[in-house]
Amino acid sequence: MSVPKKITPEIVAEHGLSADEYKLVLEIMGREPSMTELGIFSVMWSEHCSYKSSRVHLKKLPTKAPWVIQGPGENAGVIDIGDGQAAVFKMESHNHPSFIEPYQGAATGVGGIMRDVFTMGARPIANLNALRFGEPSDPKTRHLVSGVVAGIGGYGNCMGVPTVGGEVNFHASYNGNILVNAMTVGLADSDKIFYSAAAGIGNPVIYVGAKTGRDGIHGATMASAEFTEDSEEKRPTVQVGDPFTEKLLLEACLELMATDAIVAIQDMGAAGLTSSSVEMSSKGGLGIELDLDKVPVRETHMTAYEIMLSESQERMLMVLKPEAMDEARAIFDKWELDFAEIGVLTDTGHLVLKKDGEVAADMPVAPLVEKAPLYERPWIPTPLQAEIAARDVPAPNDLLAALKTMIGSADLASRRWVWEQYDHLVMGQTAQRPGGDAAVIRLPGISKALAMTSDCTPRYVFADPKRGGAQAVAETWRNLTAVGAKPLAITDNMNFGNPQRPEIMGQFALAIEGMAEACKALDYPVVSGNVSLYNETNGKGILPTPTIGGVGVMADVGRMATVAFKAKGEKVLVLGETRGWLGQSIFLREIQGQEEGAPPPVDLGAERRIGDFVRGLIEAGEVVTCHDVSDGGLLVAVAEMAMAGGIGATLTTPAGAVEAHGFWFGEDQARYVIAVPAKAAEATEAKAAAAGVPVMTLGETGGDALSLDGRAAKLAELRSEHEAFLPRLMGAA
Amino acid sequence: MKAAIVVFPGSNREVDAKVALKQATGKDPVMVWHRDTSLPKVDLVLVPGGFSYGDYLRCGAIAANSPVLREVKARADAGMAVIGICNGFQIVTEAGLLPGVLLRNANLKFVCRNVGLRVETSGSRFTAGYKKGQVLSVPVAHHDGNYFADPRTLDELEAEDRIAFRYCGPEGRLDSIYNPNGSIRHIAGILNKKRNVLGLMPHPENAIEPMHGSTDGKALFKSMVEAVS
Repeated sequence: MSVPKKITPEIVAEHGLSADEYKLVLEIMGREPSMTELGIFSVMWSEHCSYKSSRVHLKKLPTKAPWVIQGPGENAGVIDIGDGQAAVFKMESHNHPSFIEPYQGAATGVGGIMRDVFTMGARPIANLNALRFGEPSDPKTRHLVSGVVAGIGGYGNCMGVPTVGGEVNFHASYNGNILVNAMTVGLADSDKIFYSAAAGIGNPVIYVGAKTGRDGIHGATMASAEFTEDSEEKRPTVQVGDPFTEKLLLEACLELMATDAIVAIQDMGAAGLTSSSVEMSSKGGLGIELDLDKVPVRETHMTAYEIMLSESQERMLMVLKPEAMDEARAIFDKWELDFAEIGVLTDTGHLVLKKDGEVAADMPVAPLVEKAPLYERPWIPTPLQAEIAARDVPAPNDLLAALKTMIGSADLASRRWVWEQYDHLVMGQTAQRPGGDAAVIRLPGISKALAMTSDCTPRYVFADPKRGGAQAVAETWRNLTAVGAKPLAITDNMNFGNPQRPEIMGQFALAIEGMAEACKALDYPVVSGNVSLYNETNGKGILPTPTIGGVGVMADVGRMATVAFKAKGEKVLVLGETRGWLGQSIFLREIQGQEEGAPPPVDLGAERRIGDFVRGLIEAGEVVTCHDVSDGGLLVAVAEMAMAGGIGATLTTPAGAVEAHGFWFGEDQARYVIAVPAKAAEATEAKAAAAGVPVMTLGETGGDALSLDGRAAKLAELRSEHEAFLPRLMGAA
Repeated sequence: MKAAIVVFPGSNREVDAKVALKQATGKDPVMVWHRDTSLPKVDLVLVPGGFSYGDYLRCGAIAANSPVLREVKARADAGMAVIGICNGFQIVTEAGLLPGVLLRNANLKFVCRNVGLRVETSGSRFTAGYKKGQVLSVPVAHHDGNYFADPRTLDELEAEDRIAFRYCGPEGRLDSIYNPNGSIRHIAGILNKKRNVLGLMPHPENAIEPMHGSTDGKALFKSMVEAVS
């Protein structure tokens, strides 16, 4: 069957390996590799699996804190949330597959990230997703939005895990390369976390879950190359998801994890059986021998090469205690899933693969991992843009008319059309639904809750990667704070262009620097992450997009703030300093048609001081209405609070403020709008002053309109503008 | 009252239902696995929401033919109470316990949001805790909730006071803008002839505490308990 194939330079190039990398392969092997071996090198050394361009920079991120149980390097990060409980979470991209086949690409992205989380022993309790599409007018956009949203819903809804948050942006730079970043948060007992390091020579290696097919072969390699016009031909490299099988796999794995049977477990994600077997054996410092004839397959005549590189979904690899085999088999039989003993751990340090009675591969594991290429790619800093003063930006005739345009624009319009397609209520623990600053999920049986959010402002990162990187981290921290949670840690999903271009590598390096600074200043380490490079089509890169997923905890879900105004006659205050920063603002882009200037500075000291103060008010039960100020500035924030609560407000531009349009639409950081009962306002202001937190009164809640300096806009009118964009774009009511 | 919840591969709101039943009865319901061929002695069987058998073939079609459903049917025929919620409604309908069928939502999309529900009858053990005409706020979360039956069946349902709930606006007005899935005559839930089987698409189990934003689902579970005690 297996005709030995001569490895030509063309074959090497098709596998995404450079001539130098192939030379290293020859050195490690001491001979010419077989096709299967070459395939394994190819995926293990792909950008996606090896982080060869990004590792030197990622090392700069802080990953430790007393509450970090597991930082980057495992399937997902793990943090201690007290009471013997742990939160397990990670975000991962599925960009290229989603562009080629939006429904399946997005669905399997969701499936993959959930698997990463339950592999660690956690039950997934929430999903989030950060989506970036091209311009609304691009001919492919509607097709992509429709498919991606349906795919995310199709998978998450069936799994019975609520999809509770995320973000959606539109920008021309994503026309040929959308971003689909999926995040899952899970809950585990902090002393029952499962890891992937194999142990115990002679222990059986077990394959469970769905059968292996020919789908997704070389998915990881595809994710490590640029797109061209003929990328559609790569559709066969996109995997096909089956959430029903994954639901069974989830329940079976958690049932097995409640016993004492598992030594190590690793999901088969990118690079499938290859990366799972290599990772398990390399982390355990052992060899592994697999008999590929025993792998459950759904197609006939699959070769060793195909079996090892398939990215069929819903599969897991485990090392079990031999004495627990019967118990484990019974559980997988109950859930009607394949359970196959396909190999054994050895002391050889080699990965040995047998197929049809022949050895298809025999390669040393340690050098395959440790000698993986590592590049310190040349980079140049992004030229900084000039600051734009509010007085140099023309003022609109009517601030409320500008507000209407802005809240109806692609980036600020309501996302209801999206999240109503996601089951955000299953499990019955959703304390804060989509549409607020952060989603809040209560933990079963207690009043403690987790808050979660995902954020990034790519236009800031593009203009100033360092500032933008810090801002993305700070914004997640602020969003968690605004609901009353204590932010604990983040996961990062770095979406960038081609790292072989020095200006792209510069964006990457500087964004990491900014993120690292923010993480350190806020005691907010990185515990997991994913890097997606080569997000380019025909040489045009996306806006650099380091999506940050943040997780925080609150002791009592009864002390939670939401954005909605709750009562009339309350005072509306802004905490934090407003200087009217219009550079890179939504106002500048949507009203003036300019996408330029330096983005707002991020003062991490102020961020922390003001955030801690706001959280204190919420924890004390003094504030239940709070909204972070971000895209669109103050007036957009207040309008969102009014629309959410169905209660208007009367606002006055404070005397001595900068230009009114700068004041209301500037995107200065570290600010929150709160509403407090009128009789409590004075005390709140005094406390703020004592804490060194700038505070200013904006107005008072009440009525069915938003009034500003004598002009008014009805809430109903604002709401219809705000809600119209997506239904209109997607042609649906 | 003793209650059981039937769990299929792919069920996913069985825990939500368990919490609601426990809140109402003070006792954990018995969880019955789909392969079981016998049911414990109980007063009520709840068929929960989810994606039984992955919704393959047709929502509820495979579950309707599972061993345990034969037993549920036999007991229902003998008068035991059965409530099917969401996928459970699809299953008991496919099993022939209720007339009609649940089609794909009219706009072809999954929908998750709170809807207005008008109580159409208080004459059943499930709805006795409500007043006729009362408007509830309860969430839906489904892809296939578009109820359909032929006009004769619908007329019969109406004549026999077997429509339990209809989708409505905040003041109880019926209009297609308040109907999340295009169901005929705005039907959200129906009863069988003997009034011991209820099927409904909305999720009363997700409206049982203030955190849910509505507690309107509580009375449904409470009336079921009171009916047997």
